[in-house]
Amino acid sequence: MTDLTKLTLVECIKHVKEKKCSATELVGAYVKRIEKSDKLNCFNTKDLENALSKAKKIDTNKKFDKALVGAPIAVKDLFCTKNLKTTASSKILSNFIPTYESTVTEKLWNEDAILIGKLNSDEFAMGSSNETSNFGNVLNPYRLNNENLVPGGSSGGCASATAADLTSATVGTDTGGSIRQPAAFTGIVGLKPTYGRCSRWGIVAFASSLDQAGPMTKDVKDAALMLDVISGYDEKDSTSAKKPKSAFLNSIKNNVKGLKVGVPKEYRVDNMPKEVDDLWQEGIKILKDNGAIIKDISLPHTKYALPTYYIIAPAEASSNLARYDGVRYGFRAEGKDLTEMYENTRSKGFGTEVKRRIMIGTYVLSSGYYDAYYLKAQKVRNLIKMDFDNAYKDVDVILTPTTPTPAFKFGKNTDDPIAMYLNDIFTVTANLAGLPAISLPIKYNKDGLPLALQLFGKSFDEQTLLNTAYSIEQQVNFKSQVKDWWM
Amino acid sequence: MSDKEFNYYISGETGKWEVVIGLEVHAQVSSNAKLFSSSSTQFGSEPNSQVSLIDAAMPGMLPVINKFCVEQAVRTGLGLKAKINLLSVFDRKNYFYADLPQGYQISQFKHPIVGEGEVVLDMSYGTKKIGIERLHLEQDAGKSLHDQDPIKTFIDLNRSGVALMEIVSKPDLRSPEEVAEYIKKLRSIMRYLGTCDGNMEEGSLRADVNVSVRKIGSKDFGTRCEIKNVNSIKFMQQAIQYEAKRQVELLEEGKKIDQETRLFDTKKNETRQMRSKEDAHDYRYFPDPDLPPLKFDQSFVDEIKKKLPELPDDKKERLIKDYKLSNYEAGVLISDKDTSDYFEDVAKNSDVKLAINWVIGDLFAALNKIGKSIKETPISSKNLSKLIQLIKNNTISGRIAKDIFELMVNDHRDPKVIVEEKGLVQESNVGELEKIIEKVLKDNSDKVAEYKSGKDKLFGFFVGSVIKESKGKANPALVNDILKKKLS
Amino acid sequence: MSINKDTIKKISKLARISVTKEETDRLEKDLNSILKFVEQLKELNTDKILPIASVSDQPLTMSKDEIKKINEKDEILTNAPEKNSNYYIVPKVIE
Repeated sequence: MTDLTKLTLVECIKHVKEKKCSATELVGAYVKRIEKSDKLNCFNTKDLENALSKAKKIDTNKKFDKALVGAPIAVKDLFCTKNLKTTASSKILSNFIPTYESTVTEKLWNEDAILIGKLNSDEFAMGSSNETSNFGNVLNPYRLNNENLVPGGSSGGCASATAADLTSATVGTDTGGSIRQPAAFTGIVGLKPTYGRCSRWGIVAFASSLDQAGPMTKDVKDAALMLDVISGYDEKDSTSAKKPKSAFLNSIKNNVKGLKVGVPKEYRVDNMPKEVDDLWQEGIKILKDNGAIIKDISLPHTKYALPTYYIIAPAEASSNLARYDGVRYGFRAEGKDLTEMYENTRSKGFGTEVKRRIMIGTYVLSSGYYDAYYLKAQKVRNLIKMDFDNAYKDVDVILTPTTPTPAFKFGKNTDDPIAMYLNDIFTVTANLAGLPAISLPIKYNKDGLPLALQLFGKSFDEQTLLNTAYSIEQQVNFKSQVKDWWM
Repeated sequence: MSDKEFNYYISGETGKWEVVIGLEVHAQVSSNAKLFSSSSTQFGSEPNSQVSLIDAAMPGMLPVINKFCVEQAVRTGLGLKAKINLLSVFDRKNYFYADLPQGYQISQFKHPIVGEGEVVLDMSYGTKKIGIERLHLEQDAGKSLHDQDPIKTFIDLNRSGVALMEIVSKPDLRSPEEVAEYIKKLRSIMRYLGTCDGNMEEGSLRADVNVSVRKIGSKDFGTRCEIKNVNSIKFMQQAIQYEAKRQVELLEEGKKIDQETRLFDTKKNETRQMRSKEDAHDYRYFPDPDLPPLKFDQSFVDEIKKKLPELPDDKKERLIKDYKLSNYEAGVLISDKDTSDYFEDVAKNSDVKLAINWVIGDLFAALNKIGKSIKETPISSKNLSKLIQLIKNNTISGRIAKDIFELMVNDHRDPKVIVEEKGLVQESNVGELEKIIEKVLKDNSDKVAEYKSGKDKLFGFFVGSVIKESKGKANPALVNDILKKKLS
Repeated sequence: MSINKDTIKKISKLARISVTKEETDRLEKDLNSILKFVEQLKELNTDKILPIASVSDQPLTMSKDEIKKINEKDEILTNAPEKNSNYYIVPKVIE
């Protein structure tokens, strides 16, 4: 019999719709696998019993017309889920049970997808290795000589769970690369949509002008299907874009003939490992061989993207996280007066990295420093955006590596925040410019670790992005090599 | 019409000091829902019963602006003859307080919705223009109750997120009296517009008062102190008086004024320091990334302009022109929209001169006595105009009208009904009047003799006696005529 | 620009996060290295560049002045660490 957990999302749903398996069988297969996979620590909260009873209901009702019918889906623990704990992987929200459902997850359940749990991540999505979670490290299903590796971050739980077949697909969030970098580290597809494509309502905010929810899936078609479901205008989010209903999956095409692909020279950074450079060349060759036109382009302000990000994101975060004060919900540490209660609550409730970012964000906004840091960063952000505007006069998509290195070992970068931040060097520009970008697994390096390429698209042109990624996917034929060593 | 000179100065040991005042008025927008959420703004509800997920700053909640509040801000801006900014930006003002759930207040810092405008005050020493610096929209905070428990503070978020307009004046005010007039005028403009009910008891209107002093003739501003959140005109005036005196005393002792925030203690009638300097706030304003800039085009403003009601200054001009009222009379009437509407209703159907006297004389006195506003008046404009008609067509005398008015205050009735019921119709029948007059002259034959020998002053006595004899019903003009004839 | 211990004390006050002596030492090191990193931006002349707060170029959408939910009291208070008679309770505020 087919191992249902090895199916892609599109295949899962086809199975259910064509009655090759029941929703209960499908969910049951995942539940079994999840129960044997605690070692990976992907889940902050599991909701397996409820998932099984929802599957049963679908089977009983015998209505299989919805887009995600019966698909077991776990989401990053940043999406508020009604009556199910939502922690943002932080102590400060460790007991928080929302009375409401985020727009994005609501859309999933409206299509009869089934929630199976909430996935671990870096605390408040701040990190690139999932090591800042209050609930422990998530392990990458890929290992280096039997040594554990980070799954990337911040959506590390999403990445590992998808790669390890613990969920048919998942939704993460991406503020500086939090979908794409972990997707690259675990050999899955990760798509950050255009800013405004998916509603932010009900997602624990990190940096509001950069945050965007997006799918993390086993292949490109799955990403297209997920994006069809979770995208759309939401009147509850003032930054959500008014765009017509999409049909990304139905429109997907394996055709890059005449497509103009930009290759930005600034992404060829010092000390880039040869394997990453080779990978990039391979990607260029595949596209060229299939009729795409390759153009060398320049995005001159690329090197300033990360410094810009590390002003803007902490600044917004310092304000967004002010609401965690122990008054209305979440963890509270006692204090003899209000101020002391605040200081104790926030000192004990937040982890080191989150506190570090709140402090830097508070500093760059404070009187006397605003112009030198925050205002400056806003201006450079404009320069970075203009770089892309200019480039897109000549090209349709831009091809780069997703990350400068494959997955690394635990503790490697924990003592040096800057070294950790450099993980996002290729991904962060898409957030600053609000553009869609996708990470696509291409091959394995000599150590058997996944390597990935990234494509940037034009604003709200996810279709071209998906088509290009799909065409490459057809050529590279990347297959999971996860070995179930933890079971 | 300056019948007086401005003369509010603080006399110190070293000479006279001028007081410089600027106000930041917080006016609650009269809206059903809050500025960024759809919960109610109703006053006096159960604690935390009007709090949405957004107002409580639940994780992942996002603000969506209430269009009506934007329109009200624009309306108010137009009423202040101010520049409307077609692009404005919402910023976050960051600080921690138990009744500020987000940890920041959404306000407008660098780019307010309304720019410079002005308010004209009618002072006894002439008109005075007070510059408006800006008007911006912002959220109100919740309420902290400190007196419920010795070691706990209770938090009610019903007000959290209610829309406020902060109206910032230029430092153009120079006395507590000007401040009172300014607040009254501002309130009146907003009430005409219907943008704020101006109810100070319910906190819909309150102000931060900036006070500094300088020697007369000095062009430079002194260091100012801000007195926070004063919620009545009386307290504003008392706070300014105290604060100005305090500053003059300090300066004359050769001390410096610290720029600081102060509180007005209404029990002790003094201001005191509120926050120590080392704890000085650093609000870290930055544009709210949840809210794109607020943009609208001129046609949005023009639409609102088209629907603007007549405003106090225009109305005053019109009343003076149309009804030939004095500046003072018109000023009294327009200070409250309901009053001037009431007056116009009365005057339209009766007599202007009588209407103005009755409204600002008898009616004001009566309302004052029973502690009611013109909105709650027991005498409708219709009934008052009927009463005036009765005087005007000689049905009743002015004296009887006063009595009827008293009755109307008590029983809200139509004056015609009262007149008929009590038989108070004025006596204008010459034959009847002659009878009464003859009786009076007969009863006072000694006075008649005196009158005829040249004591003209007695004429008034005869008139009075006749009216009295007629129980007030005699038509005074006729009585005059007949008496003159009889006594000649 | 660099951050010293006094600045850390000041910003920890503003951010309402208490810090121990060890944390202060660590923060001093980390924050200065982050600041040094972000100060690369100084190389750029941005005098003529407009700042952008967001990439979204659509105008702010506005909602109607309607009351949607009358009473979310239970929802609002259900997660509160301390409540009493429908109030949130906090330790006494000392101003």
